[in-house]
Amino acid sequence: MSAFSITEPTRRQKWIAGILVALYALITVMPLVWIVMTGFKTGPDSIAYPPKVVFSPSLEGYVNLFTTQTRLTPEQIETLPPPETWYDRLVREREKTIVGPSRFGQRFLNSVVIGFGSTFLSVFLGTLAAYAFSRFKVPLKDDLLFFILSTRMMPPIAAAIPIFLMFRTLGLSDTRLGMILLYTAVNLSLAVWLLKGFIDEIPREYEEAALIDGYTRFQAFYKVVLPQAATGIASTAIFCLIFAWNEYAFAVLLTSGNAQTAPPFIPTIIGVGGLDWPAVAAGATLFLLPVMIFTIVLRKHLLRGITFGAVRK
Amino acid sequence: MADIVIRNLRKEFGDFTAVQSSSFEIRDGEFFMLLGPSGCGKTTTLRMIAGLERPTSGEIWIDGEEVSDKPAAERDIAFVFQMFALYPHMNVRKNISYPLVSQGMPRAQVRARVAEVAKILGIEDILDRPVGGLSGGDRQRVALGRAIVREPRAFMMDEPLGALDAEFRERMAEELRALHDRMKATTVYVTHDQLEAMQMGDRIVVMNHGVIEQCGPPQEIYDKPATRFVASFIGSPAMNFLPVRGAVEAGAETVAVGDGTFAVPRQNEGSRGPVSFGVRPEHVGFSDDSPCRGEVLALEYLGTTQIVTLRTPDGEIKARCAASVRLRVGETLGLTFNPATITLFDDASGRALRSTLNQGGARDG
Ligand SMILES: Nc1ncnc2c1ncn2[C@@H]1O[C@H](COP(=O)(O)OP(=O)(O)OP(=O)(O)O)[C@@H](O)[C@H]1O
Ligand SMILES: [Mg+2]
Repeated sequence: MSAFSITEPTRRQKWIAGILVALYALITVMPLVWIVMTGFKTGPDSIAYPPKVVFSPSLEGYVNLFTTQTRLTPEQIETLPPPETWYDRLVREREKTIVGPSRFGQRFLNSVVIGFGSTFLSVFLGTLAAYAFSRFKVPLKDDLLFFILSTRMMPPIAAAIPIFLMFRTLGLSDTRLGMILLYTAVNLSLAVWLLKGFIDEIPREYEEAALIDGYTRFQAFYKVVLPQAATGIASTAIFCLIFAWNEYAFAVLLTSGNAQTAPPFIPTIIGVGGLDWPAVAAGATLFLLPVMIFTIVLRKHLLRGITFGAVRK
Repeated sequence: MADIVIRNLRKEFGDFTAVQSSSFEIRDGEFFMLLGPSGCGKTTTLRMIAGLERPTSGEIWIDGEEVSDKPAAERDIAFVFQMFALYPHMNVRKNISYPLVSQGMPRAQVRARVAEVAKILGIEDILDRPVGGLSGGDRQRVALGRAIVREPRAFMMDEPLGALDAEFRERMAEELRALHDRMKATTVYVTHDQLEAMQMGDRIVVMNHGVIEQCGPPQEIYDKPATRFVASFIGSPAMNFLPVRGAVEAGAETVAVGDGTFAVPRQNEGSRGPVSFGVRPEHVGFSDDSPCRGEVLALEYLGTTQIVTLRTPDGEIKARCAASVRLRVGETLGLTFNPATITLFDDASGRALRSTLNQGGARDG
């Protein structure tokens, strides 16, 4: 590190910088912390004024999120057998009973399948296309690259109606496959451009060395180029996943009962008798997790240098 | 090991011709130098031989087999890149064993071969290190290791010492040459450093602007340059050129330069156009009764020799003489030129006129 700085910062400068960073982190993380906290509050605690920072945690929100319930009168509850599980008991205390699982689990699964599916497809196709554009003579290369970029010049939702009609005709409406294809189509141009940048940076000599060492072009690609493009692939995958994971407008428009993802579902979580904030917060917390985990898993690739300085330029 | 024959090899990039109809032969076991200034097409030529670049036209024969349509992997040639191109995600051992793994060699055998190569190159202690932290010289050795481990038919090396600092270069150059002498493998070595080429090569091809200017052993190239380009590119300081007065007839044994007449090797060829008189600095001598006078402008002391820069009416001349000769800046000297070493160049074509000195040595490529 010190190789890059002209003078090493003093202790005091480091302290000030550290405090500033911590402050900034605190401010930006605050809403997130609030949501996570709300997820563990009871209904009344979640809307208490002044807001409660210290509270006794409850899993009510999560139980509400994953189940559907009906309100009972005390007399009706008397007639029921005693609750069998902890969540039965929790719900019973609120004068309700569980009648079955909610649709959140299925919506969440849809999000996972569609989000990761389209991310995989975008990165897979994007890497191949980027490699071809980077290494081979492609006729009309510049025009094609511009065309690919131009698909992102208009906000995707502007094409909502044609896409809606097209999906209906093709039978892709409200299917996971349809959503995977749609998100891939939107993400692919970003993936191609990002990855081309990364692959351009990898000296051709590596592949040529592999070609001379007796490997085929494809072997050279996946044994030599791919490991070195890991940084680019990881960051592209994260971008693609974040888009597909958070996408709301198309999800509302094109999915309903079958392939609906979590984003359009979470706002519909309304408890019996008012908005159930702990359940919404619990849904939001769970919804954050996959992208967070994915990013943390790939973090080491993001931070790792591309070539470790094995090449002199 | 192999001999390599290049016939009318040509490479165009769009409208730009990087290599123009080159022909030369590389003999079995030879340390062959491709020498020329930056951008003259050395790397392109080497890449075509290795199969990394497809020639626009021409033939490449390796061991009597035409290979220009064969992919690199099938030519059984190793390539040492200018920037080494070690696989950064693998350690030293993996880098060296990579070419063997591709041939499906059994593991135990790969280990044995890598150990053997590491011993030859003196890199046994760094085998398990990642390539990232290695010094330039060690990277160079690893790159060489990856090349020799396969025992290919020939080695292509593209300025393998270019990335090293001066002190280390010398040592690696010696190591390389020693390695070659032990293995006797046909090696094609690209460099723009004429000293390196002279020092290491069995034979040298000098290229300029995609054209082969001359091909021959170092001494022949130095003593009998085929073109004015070769004469000035090789040797430091470069050859001196003085304008010849009047035409040169075939059979001439003297030419007029400045106010004097100087002996030259018997000319087998005359020229009507302007001609230059080429003499190397070490063949310039001093004699008080010479008609060609020069004033000493500068003295450059080099230990055993010194370089004397003189101003003559026909331009500046550099002479190399023993450091013990006492000279002063500002004094005027008479200059003599060792007749047997003179080459005359036709100014229009840049070509050396044929004489008893260079007949047969000129343009065999
Ligand atoms: N792929 C390419 N496309 C277009 N022009 C190229 C390409 N490769 C090389 N050239 C051009 O061909 C010429 C010869 O290049 P080459 O790399 O063979 O030179 P060189 O003699 O190796 O020079 P250097 O000493 O700088 O490495 C250069 O002018 C270069 O710009
Ligand atoms: Mg080169």
